[in-house]
Amino acid sequence: MTPTTWFKRHGLASWLLLACLLLVVFPLLFDNFRLNLVGKYLSYGFVAIGLVMLWGYGGVLSLGQGVFFGLGGYCMAMFLKLEASDPITTKIQSTPGIPDFMDWNQLTALPAWWVPFEYLPFALLAVVLVPVILAFVIGYAMFKRRVGGVYFAIITQAVTLILTVLIIGQQGYTGGVNGITDLKTLNGWDIRTDSAKVILYFVNAGLLLAAILVCGWIQRSKLGTLLLAMRDKEDRVRFSGYDVSMFKVFVFCLSAMLAGIGGALFTLQVGFMSPSLVGIVPSIEMVIFAAVGGRMSLIGAVYGALLVNAGKTYFSESFPELWLFLMAALFIGVVMAFPNGLAGLYETYVKPRIGRRKSATAAAPVDAPAQHPAPAALDDALPPGLTREEC
Amino acid sequence: MSDFDEPHDPFLTRRRILQGMAALPLVGLPRLGFGAPPPTAKVNTTNLAVTDTEVTVGQLHSATGTMAISETGSIQAEQLAIDQINAMGGVLGRKIKVIKEDGASDWPTFAEKARKLLVSDHVAAVFGCWTSASRKAVLPVFEKENGMLYYPTFYEGLEQSKNVIYTGQEATQQIIWGLDWAKKEKKAKTFFLVGSDYIWPRTSMKIARKHIENFQKGSIVGEEYYPLGHTNFNSLINKIKLKKPDCVYCAVVGGSNVAFYKQLKAAGINAKKQFLLTISVTEDEVLGIGGENVEGFYSSMKYFQSLNNPNNIAFVKAFKAKYGANAVIGDVTQAAYLGPWLWKATVEKAGSFDVDKIAAASAGIELKTAPEGYVKIHPNHHLWSKARIGLAQRNGQFKVVAESPALIEPNPFPKGYQ
Repeated sequence: MTPTTWFKRHGLASWLLLACLLLVVFPLLFDNFRLNLVGKYLSYGFVAIGLVMLWGYGGVLSLGQGVFFGLGGYCMAMFLKLEASDPITTKIQSTPGIPDFMDWNQLTALPAWWVPFEYLPFALLAVVLVPVILAFVIGYAMFKRRVGGVYFAIITQAVTLILTVLIIGQQGYTGGVNGITDLKTLNGWDIRTDSAKVILYFVNAGLLLAAILVCGWIQRSKLGTLLLAMRDKEDRVRFSGYDVSMFKVFVFCLSAMLAGIGGALFTLQVGFMSPSLVGIVPSIEMVIFAAVGGRMSLIGAVYGALLVNAGKTYFSESFPELWLFLMAALFIGVVMAFPNGLAGLYETYVKPRIGRRKSATAAAPVDAPAQHPAPAALDDALPPGLTREEC
Repeated sequence: MSDFDEPHDPFLTRRRILQGMAALPLVGLPRLGFGAPPPTAKVNTTNLAVTDTEVTVGQLHSATGTMAISETGSIQAEQLAIDQINAMGGVLGRKIKVIKEDGASDWPTFAEKARKLLVSDHVAAVFGCWTSASRKAVLPVFEKENGMLYYPTFYEGLEQSKNVIYTGQEATQQIIWGLDWAKKEKKAKTFFLVGSDYIWPRTSMKIARKHIENFQKGSIVGEEYYPLGHTNFNSLINKIKLKKPDCVYCAVVGGSNVAFYKQLKAAGINAKKQFLLTISVTEDEVLGIGGENVEGFYSSMKYFQSLNNPNNIAFVKAFKAKYGANAVIGDVTQAAYLGPWLWKATVEKAGSFDVDKIAAASAGIELKTAPEGYVKIHPNHHLWSKARIGLAQRNGQFKVVAESPALIEPNPFPKGYQ
């Protein structure tokens, strides 16, 4: 068995396990309310896998994914808000037929740039394209000038701040601090009912699993190899004749697109969008999801998003006074004990055991130890609890 | 104009209140002589968390995050009211059990916790929220899951829901009478409006502008908004100095307040030279700003801790006994204290915990024991309440210098002010 086939089988197996968990186990295990919460966590999963591609594979740390999450969410919310603001339900306003927050801010007509959002296909396209276009502009401007590393991270933070201030300041057009609230139906389909929430959960889980497959395919393609090469020795790739900056722009746009889709699904499941999801703190939280899950592992990132958010919910329900300290303890604990996140934990402790069992049972003793410096054998020689990296 | 009789002035009915208070110890006695409480099947037909001995309610505020400092007073006041109700025997013979949830100053978290309280815990009522943003986030949840929210903060109006009782003032109740007072007592004709940049100050200033221009025939010489958390007010102070308004009318909130008043003082704008009326500074805010920085300025609220009536004296005493002698009570804290009491009165009138019955029975519910005096729920689910002007003192308290003669009708959708 060659390492590549092993990797493929191993990747597919953990993908199947995740699919089984999301599509079968969770729906059977949880009531409607908890399932909706898991759906909300999974919408963050899109951002987390986007960060695995961008940060883990591309080596570009973005602290501004909240921008793209927010833009996707706002595009969706604008459509839903227009649908919820028909002239009959808003007849109490000075100008019926426009969203309530516009009326409160003395707007008397729908702004022109809101008009296209009355059409669902346009809104869905915008969910994907608006984040991608912004990411392209930022990415092109930065990477072409070879701005990278910590400078890029700082600029993404600045963009986050700018967008938050813009949204809060232009409250007549964006709803300000309150955000866009009171969303009701999607093309006539009431998204607030229990059945709608279940359907949205499955749509979300299905799209996330598909996104993991696409990203996994990119990772295994030549493009993925180039990204890795670029991350480790950018100059060598450049000297080999590749246009490094455009690869970075591509992976940045990809992560923005994923975040935008996540944002739209968040809006649909939670029922509103506000600048508190765009800001600096949520953007950093999103990086934490990927860090906890393991920034090299797509599947791990999803578990990271699930674990961190479930921890947030559980701790804040059970210990309303203490929960922030417990969350901090979780982050510090994970980073100290498993620098490579949950996926790293799996790689160091679980996988070698599986490998050992496999090498014991599978009738392929020839190629396994030869091509692959059998981790199981090495680990056996070490004191328990230590791994190769630590020695 | 009103849907029912003009409410009594609480000070004329002091004897009645005292009679009522004399009967209070009796309520605490075991209810043997009064018969068993009504059966659960009768008072709870909608699967709420009500047992024969207990009724569960939720409390949803920010215990952490930037809003925690403002919301703590509300959390404490609601808890005090619930403890007092329990000591009196509870509601319909059932003790109140509280499930506390932390909204963490984060609006999606508020929505999540509201759903949790209603869908998983089946609470009979929720006391909570503070900012408009958090209320806007939970409102669709309360309407969808048919819950009951008692919301304590004075706010911008433009909202009315079957599922919310607003125990704070809506904008017109706080603004119009105060502006009339400023015109009459302080001869204010020119106004400079200053606010933080979000929906409440914007709406409040819109109402103030319409009232000043259309009804008082005064003029607005400046109107400025600053982002939440803004701390540099030098350019504003220069404009105020240049325009010399009769009145600076303020709705600056949160941390900005501290910088705003300190810089005013540093620039030499003090109460001797400038008349300033605010709608956003209560005793809680003065704690952060410092009494010496606001001394002599005026605040327009419905409640001040220094109110001298038997209800308030008892309330302040109980609050300090529970939370320490240094605890201060602001307008919103008092409004939060009303929530559990109004809910109790409504449940007893409806004879049921069911939300639909409570929503229907709410109109006309009176509370004679409110620290602010007599209050009554309007059919639009807001409270009839008085407006008062307080003069800030160096010790952080306010001296009540004026009070509206009658209760002011809540009017969340004011005609002529939109």
